[in-house]
Amino acid sequence: MKPERDPVTGRLTTGHEWNGLTELDTPVPKPVYFFLIVFLLFCVGYWLLMPAWPLGTTYTKGLLHQDERASVTARVKAAAEQRASWTSMIEVDHAATVLEDAALMARVRETGRTLFADNCAMCHGMEARGGPGFPSLVSGTPLWGATTDALFQTIMVGINSDHPDSRTSQMPAFGRDGILDATQIDAVVAYVRSLSQPIAPTDRIAKGRELFAANCAACHGEGGNGNSEIGVPDLTDTRWIYGGDSASIRQSIWRGRQGHMPSWDGRLQLWQRRVLALYLVDLRRHAP
Amino acid sequence: MIAQLTLGERRAGLIILVAIALVGLAMAIAGGNGPFGVHGALVLVGAIAGTFWLLGHYLDAPPRAERLREYYDDPSKVGVALAMIWAVAGMGFGVWVAALLAWPEFTLDQEWASFGRIRPIHTTGVIFGFGGNALIATSFYVMQRTCRTRLPDQLGAWFVLLGYNLFCVLATTGYAMGVTQSKEYAEPEWYVDLWLLVVWVTYFIVYLRTLAHRREPHIYVANWYYLAFVLVVAMLHIVNGLAVPVSFGTDKSYPLFSGVQDALTEWWYGHNAVAFFLTSGFLGMMYYFLPVRAGRPIYSYRLSIISFWGITFMYMWVGSHHLHYTALPQWVQTLGMTFSIILLVPSWGSAANALLTLNGAWHKVRDDATLRFMMVAAVFYGLTTFEGSFLAIRSVNSLSHYTDWTVGHVHAGALGWVAMISFGSVYAMVPWIWKRRAMYSPALVEVHFWLALAGTLIYVIAMWNSGIIQGLMWRTYNESGTLAYSFVDSLVAMRPYYIARTVGGLCFFAGAVLGCLNIYLTATRAPASSAGDSAVTADPRPPVGAMQPAE
Ligand code: HEC
Ligand code: HEC
Ligand code: HEM
Repeated sequence: MKPERDPVTGRLTTGHEWNGLTELDTPVPKPVYFFLIVFLLFCVGYWLLMPAWPLGTTYTKGLLHQDERASVTARVKAAAEQRASWTSMIEVDHAATVLEDAALMARVRETGRTLFADNCAMCHGMEARGGPGFPSLVSGTPLWGATTDALFQTIMVGINSDHPDSRTSQMPAFGRDGILDATQIDAVVAYVRSLSQPIAPTDRIAKGRELFAANCAACHGEGGNGNSEIGVPDLTDTRWIYGGDSASIRQSIWRGRQGHMPSWDGRLQLWQRRVLALYLVDLRRHAP
Repeated sequence: MIAQLTLGERRAGLIILVAIALVGLAMAIAGGNGPFGVHGALVLVGAIAGTFWLLGHYLDAPPRAERLREYYDDPSKVGVALAMIWAVAGMGFGVWVAALLAWPEFTLDQEWASFGRIRPIHTTGVIFGFGGNALIATSFYVMQRTCRTRLPDQLGAWFVLLGYNLFCVLATTGYAMGVTQSKEYAEPEWYVDLWLLVVWVTYFIVYLRTLAHRREPHIYVANWYYLAFVLVVAMLHIVNGLAVPVSFGTDKSYPLFSGVQDALTEWWYGHNAVAFFLTSGFLGMMYYFLPVRAGRPIYSYRLSIISFWGITFMYMWVGSHHLHYTALPQWVQTLGMTFSIILLVPSWGSAANALLTLNGAWHKVRDDATLRFMMVAAVFYGLTTFEGSFLAIRSVNSLSHYTDWTVGHVHAGALGWVAMISFGSVYAMVPWIWKRRAMYSPALVEVHFWLALAGTLIYVIAMWNSGIIQGLMWRTYNESGTLAYSFVDSLVAMRPYYIARTVGGLCFFAGAVLGCLNIYLTATRAPASSAGDSAVTADPRPPVGAMQPAE
């Protein structure tokens, strides 16, 4: 086929034809060359300034001597120095002093909120109210105490974690390990429920009380009030880690329980752990 | 279908099927109850069914010699049907994945329906299932028309098409069972990869043989693009797929490279999958169907050449822009970024070439939804490549990376460009290959167009917003010098956009369902075409009378 003139554009075709399809011989539009050159110049400039081309075992370093790792390290350091104006106070000042310092506490609340949401909320919930298997940190009798120091310690070493100084606690599996039989457990369950709920006394509850004194009181205390020395929960309050209905309590006693709280030593910096401890103290203070 | 195979081909087909059945049997035995064994059983059952079917027609009359005077479009017909089925399935999973991000409990408590498993089912379903089948179906059509010759044989095309779909089925069912290499867009394990390799090399050979038999002196641009797609995808697939299986009786394998080398190989693959699968192949489609449907010559042959070589050369360098600010040495990032920037020029060259081709046919764009699909696709192609070059700039990427902005970019490309050009081309091709006067319902095509456009815009705008908000929230510091927002805060902020995205996806999905229906009705109900049809709706030049037998 001969080149033909296209009536719309006035251009000639190339003379190639496929199944009725043709192509115009239009020259490459000028802007294409223009932008190719502009972009190329930009790139050559960038290559001159920045690390760019490999040279065997090394590479062109660029006139700016930019180094990604060095610049990140420097920026992280500068940010830490800037923050140190208040984080150093958090690290060294007594908790009581900080708790009285309104300006410092404002920073604790601001920073504690995101630290808690990013590191703790997946287990303890956004508002630290806990959920099945994870204790509320704002209400009820605390497992290991609610002073800043106790909280700080818990956060640092964790509970049943792999930290060498981890806090440890375990609720034995009375049913599975054959220490109590099913009817005895039913009795204890009834008794435990009566500790926090107004339930009329029955024979079974009385029997449960005896069994409790013999088997449980060593850890949970005579009245079931728990023991924050060894991280044993209070059974008389309305805060439950695993649930306060008969089935859950039965499960706790039958199978035993051992919660795991990770250690944050090495994962969070000292000032971050202290901020979290202070944040939790503050939350509990203001909890409804 | 079997009746069209020559006797020799029937024999060869039988041998292939028996060989596949034996491999399936070996896999089933070696893999036992594990996923590998399940896949073996699947292959075995499929191959046995195929064998019986073939045997049932083995003695049918051999095909007539006149067939050689016509183009062989049956594989394209089946390919279109498969592409549409994968489109509906893949996009259906897409809507589901989108919904999961807004309502996480939507997994129905099933392992296989967890986010990590259905996300790759969605991506593989749409990219490889829908996109791949559309590419194969149209490439068979285009290569015959532009080479003015019939496919070199019947069996090759069927092997490619059905083999490829077996690959897609093994890949997606594998993810449901937890079989994955964990490399994005290259999830299938070693045995599925090997099978794809066999299919892909056959595809390449079919293409080369058709070109070798061509009766046109020049090779049309569309063929360069399709060929680059086939060739480069083979190369990428081989290098990124290098892996050592734990044993020949398990699905698990470990990649040959590790650490940052593996990451770079993966993204060299990943970006060139975008480049050669999602771009080159579909540019091939665009270069044929858009000018034919518009009835216009390509705007500039020279621009086609520059753009083709620009894209082909430059794309190879840019994979590292997916690894900015990572362990990857900075000089590699520099190269990825700078080449991505220059890449904009040939990309816009292609988009401009397509849009300028429409000069003199804009009235058709207004009236014809099929052509409008292709026009909008070219616009989105331009938009996406501009955005891509922008995102590749390191400082921009530090904001966009890991956010929904990337997802928005991807879907401007995937919905706006890839899917739109495919729907346009399929709507053009379906009446031609089924020899119908037009689509059964042009009105439905029109509805599909608006659903697709609305869906894309809702989706992309939602993700742009969500991505930028997310990126900004993650980098905002308060006066104390600590993060102002927690990650969960950003999730809460994204939720409305996730719901909007689900709605957008639903629109797009609904369009695809209508398309399926319309294509089915066209194939079965639409009036047959007769001489004197208008140039737009009829194949511009019916099979050439004086065609030489290809065998
Ligand atoms: C993987 C889940 C998990 C994460 C994350 C987690 N915790 Fe805990 N945490 C627990 C569990 C479980 C317990 C209760 C252990 C037990 O039952 O003995 C606990 C207990 C505690 C206690 C003791 C409560 C008491 O009454 O004495 C404190 C304090 C605490 N967590 C603070 C935090 C803080 C602060 C963070 C974030 C830095 C955090 N936790 C992150 C699971 C977690
Ligand atoms: C060795 C000490 C020990 C003994 C003995 C013991 N407990 Fe516990 N118990 C614990 C500890 C520690 C926990 C907290 C476990 C955790 O948080 O993971 C606990 C938890 C529980 C809980 C679950 C509390 C909640 O908030 O969900 C119940 C109920 C309970 N104990 C009942 C009993 C009863 C009844 C007995 C006697 C049959 C008993 N315990 C004996 C240490 C003990
Ligand atoms: C000039 C052309 C293009 C360039 C330079 C480019 C660049 C980029 C960049 C910088 C990213 C983000 C990487 C990250 O931060 O993780 C990206 C992601 C992506 N792009 Fe493009 N893009 C281009 C065209 C396209 C087109 C046309 C499509 C689709 C058809 C597409 C599909 C994708 C996909 C699927 C991803 C997601 C990768 C992932 O899963 O992380 N791109 N692209």
